[in-house]
Amino acid sequence: MTTDRVKQLDRVVIRFAGDSGDGMQLTGDRFTQETASFGNDLSTLPNFPAEIRAPQGTLPGVSSFQIHFADHDILTPGDRPDVLVAMNPAALKANLADVRPGGTLIIDTHDFTTRNLTKVGYTTSPLDDGSLEGYQVHMLDLTTLAVETATPFGLSRKDASRSKNMFALGLISWMFSRPIESTLSYLNNKFAHLPDIRDANVAAFTAGLNYGETTEAFAISYVVKPAPMPPGRYRNISGNTALSYGIVAAGHQSGLPVFLGAYPITPASDILHELSGHKAFGVTTFQAEDEIAGIGAALGAAFAGQLGVTTTSGPGIALKSETIGLAVMLELPLVIVDVQRGGPSTGLPTKTEQSDLLQAMYGRNGEAPVPIVAPQSPSDCFGAALEAARIAITYRTPVMLLSDGYLANGSEPWRLPDVASLPTIEPFFAAADDVPFQPYARDAKTLARPWAPPGIAGLEHRIGGLEKADGSGDISYDPANHDRMVRLRQAKVDGIASSIPDVEVDDPSGRAEVLVLGWGSTWGPIGAAARRARAAGIEVAQAHLRHLNPFPANLGEVLRSYGTVIIPEMNLGQLSTLIRARYLVDARSITSVRGLPFGPEELSAELIQIVQEVPV
Amino acid sequence: MTAVDLPHPHLNLAGLASIPGADEPQNRKDYTSDQEVRWCPGCGDYAVLAAVQGFLPDLGLRRENIVFVSGIGCSSRFPYYLDTYGLHSIHGRAPAIATGLATAREDLSVWVVTGDGDALSIGGNHLIHALRRNVNMTILLFNNRIYGLTKGQYSPTSESGKVTKSTPLGSVDAPLNPVSLALGAEASFVARTIDSDRKHLTDVLSAAARHRGTSLVEIYQNCPIFNDGAFDAIKDPQSRDESVIRLAAGRPIRFGEGGGLGLVRDTATGTLEVADVADVGEEAVLVHDPNFADPSVAFALSRLTDLGHSGRTPIGIFRQVERPTYDDLAREQVTLARDAGAGDLQALIDGRDVWEVS
Repeated sequence: MTTDRVKQLDRVVIRFAGDSGDGMQLTGDRFTQETASFGNDLSTLPNFPAEIRAPQGTLPGVSSFQIHFADHDILTPGDRPDVLVAMNPAALKANLADVRPGGTLIIDTHDFTTRNLTKVGYTTSPLDDGSLEGYQVHMLDLTTLAVETATPFGLSRKDASRSKNMFALGLISWMFSRPIESTLSYLNNKFAHLPDIRDANVAAFTAGLNYGETTEAFAISYVVKPAPMPPGRYRNISGNTALSYGIVAAGHQSGLPVFLGAYPITPASDILHELSGHKAFGVTTFQAEDEIAGIGAALGAAFAGQLGVTTTSGPGIALKSETIGLAVMLELPLVIVDVQRGGPSTGLPTKTEQSDLLQAMYGRNGEAPVPIVAPQSPSDCFGAALEAARIAITYRTPVMLLSDGYLANGSEPWRLPDVASLPTIEPFFAAADDVPFQPYARDAKTLARPWAPPGIAGLEHRIGGLEKADGSGDISYDPANHDRMVRLRQAKVDGIASSIPDVEVDDPSGRAEVLVLGWGSTWGPIGAAARRARAAGIEVAQAHLRHLNPFPANLGEVLRSYGTVIIPEMNLGQLSTLIRARYLVDARSITSVRGLPFGPEELSAELIQIVQEVPV
Repeated sequence: MTAVDLPHPHLNLAGLASIPGADEPQNRKDYTSDQEVRWCPGCGDYAVLAAVQGFLPDLGLRRENIVFVSGIGCSSRFPYYLDTYGLHSIHGRAPAIATGLATAREDLSVWVVTGDGDALSIGGNHLIHALRRNVNMTILLFNNRIYGLTKGQYSPTSESGKVTKSTPLGSVDAPLNPVSLALGAEASFVARTIDSDRKHLTDVLSAAARHRGTSLVEIYQNCPIFNDGAFDAIKDPQSRDESVIRLAAGRPIRFGEGGGLGLVRDTATGTLEVADVADVGEEAVLVHDPNFADPSVAFALSRLTDLGHSGRTPIGIFRQVERPTYDDLAREQVTLARDAGAGDLQALIDGRDVWEVS
């Protein structure tokens, strides 16, 4: 239906960028919701500074939100924006280099004063010095337009100017023919108790729509048709929300009350916030005095017979390590969520990285094996949380769930599962007739020990961090017993492999010589890069790991059936280290630690280069 | 930010009301585990274990509903010797673990066994937060003023100048007063007792167990190996009448031979002073009121602690006040939310912005 005024596109990447106080995350969220309800496939990437309100108009204060949407299935938030909305000089400067040549710039000119330009290092104004040649540029004083629309509702100039993000949203919504009902009802609900602010924002949003419709400058609008998706019911969801729902579902499917012990930390705090609102599901949330108390209380609740959960990021895992070791020794179920961020130390709190894999795997004293599960996309955080709880409860062990900042804050459409289709998890508590009670007797199949919360007469027992005698659980310093117990704990975790699915290989032609192996959130970028490589006539196979400890049983066989194995990771090669050590495979690493997910364009170029180097 | 009144229609301040009672009378043997006790000969821990095993039957609770949680240190072996549920955890973290346990289960009597190093050094943070939250647990703080299990380094309650393996020229640290610390952390029950005084120990522990909220009991406990005689001033029959100030609710605080000494308030400084009752008159002597809401007088009492040779030490219950507990309030929020309608998982998953693809 391309006409003179309406052009059809198959995919678009838009980036909203402004000051951290400009409401860019909200603007992006609303546009995402409109796009989701329209039926496009989509993927988003919020990118914001760690400072709550960084100095206004500065480069470090720029906050952005990128959305990629399409009429077909897509895997990443996209490489280079086709459209950049820049609310000030800093936003333009920080993002211009990423925009595709010939892309569209929508610039709020209001803040392009000499002072603001100087602040970000512009000596001349990019608006008139020719540096924007080669782009389609729309300059408008968005702030003044918003202020003029909003002041009649009784708002001060300052408050009125805050509706400029809604003006921008209205304009972009018109440009891309988005349905606007969800944003109108959102504004009406959110500001129901503040009628003047509600009306001003609705007016600014509508004015933005009308501005696009009536202004000559915006001659063309675009349509991206809905994507064909598997039949079902959908919603848009972020990784942290999906993970929280997965924990609620794990409580529901196991019949266990959930106890979350957590200390606030970016980018994991939203899980604590979300779960604190689900008390009606029997979820208790405990905001502890520190990371150690968070996991300690969760472990106490696990001893009490509940589903203990603790949520944190890398620095928090470091603090929790001793308690994770205790949980290994106590052999109690515990779900430990690590939403990874850039490290080491405080690192890059709001940026993404996959550099806690080896910490999760080995970051404890003694031989302390811990199963590891990693979700591959925002919506997969739901299923991964359920899976982590299944392993924890079935095998009486702490389990590490490795999400990351990209999954946590990114979002995508989620085909909604039917609760009736979710797996049930059976806690199999020890029974009163289990006498004489042997707290460290083991199930023949799983090697799990009995879970006997207090309250049952005859099962009184004492457990602790000292080595246990096999079976009785009494303190034992016997050398042979320690050797046996260390090996038993390892064998129990290794044995989980029999309960997880084989790793699947995506090799459409069946002729690929090169396997690209990934884990966690690189699934989307690797998949998109593999598609690009194949489109360029390069054959690559892709496999992705959801279980990092133990690995799926067939992984060795899969790795050995390819001449070359490439492992892209957002670290310096941690999975690669594990794979090399375990399977003696000469895996090649592609690594990136820029605080951002891999760009598919760049990644596919690297893949193609490696494939072409491979001797035939 | 706003603050709201916390509704708690189901709240029951009776200490043991939520814990099931034993069907039959119990005795000491019921609480003795099959494990060999491995403290040093003469250790004060034996006396405390015997007192606890002796009085738990009188508490009348189901044995399977009692849990002892400990950290690391000599005293933290305690749970192994009691035939209840028990958890010997890691250094300093017992109050955090017990917080999860007590919040998860209102039907449990939760005990924490800790020492001066475990509770006041590595675990100081967890201790103060358990106290301010007022979680239902009874904390037995064995204070021997030394690190025993690591063989004799000074502890956070060791006196300044203490010569130990790690301080050959004398410790330059200043000691903590556990009772003062607990009062400062808003503790609702604070007491002190002595390992060698079986009756006093039993009475205090019994009151602590029945208190709803966090009870902190400091127990002076002798370490015969690394700090022998640390409490001789208050144990020696020659001096103890002069040095031990016994606190009893509703009674004038008098001590010394024939009760000749008493505590009076210094109205100029707000502190408590020791005076001859004969000089000041009995009506001037402070009457002990542990239930008084303001902790200032309890704090002033705690400052009289001095274990030097002429030292004086109040023992008994310094403070015992009622206030809502963290775990009761946390459970109450869950209960009220469930009463308003149990969660519907499908509705949660679906959310409000669903679209259909057919």
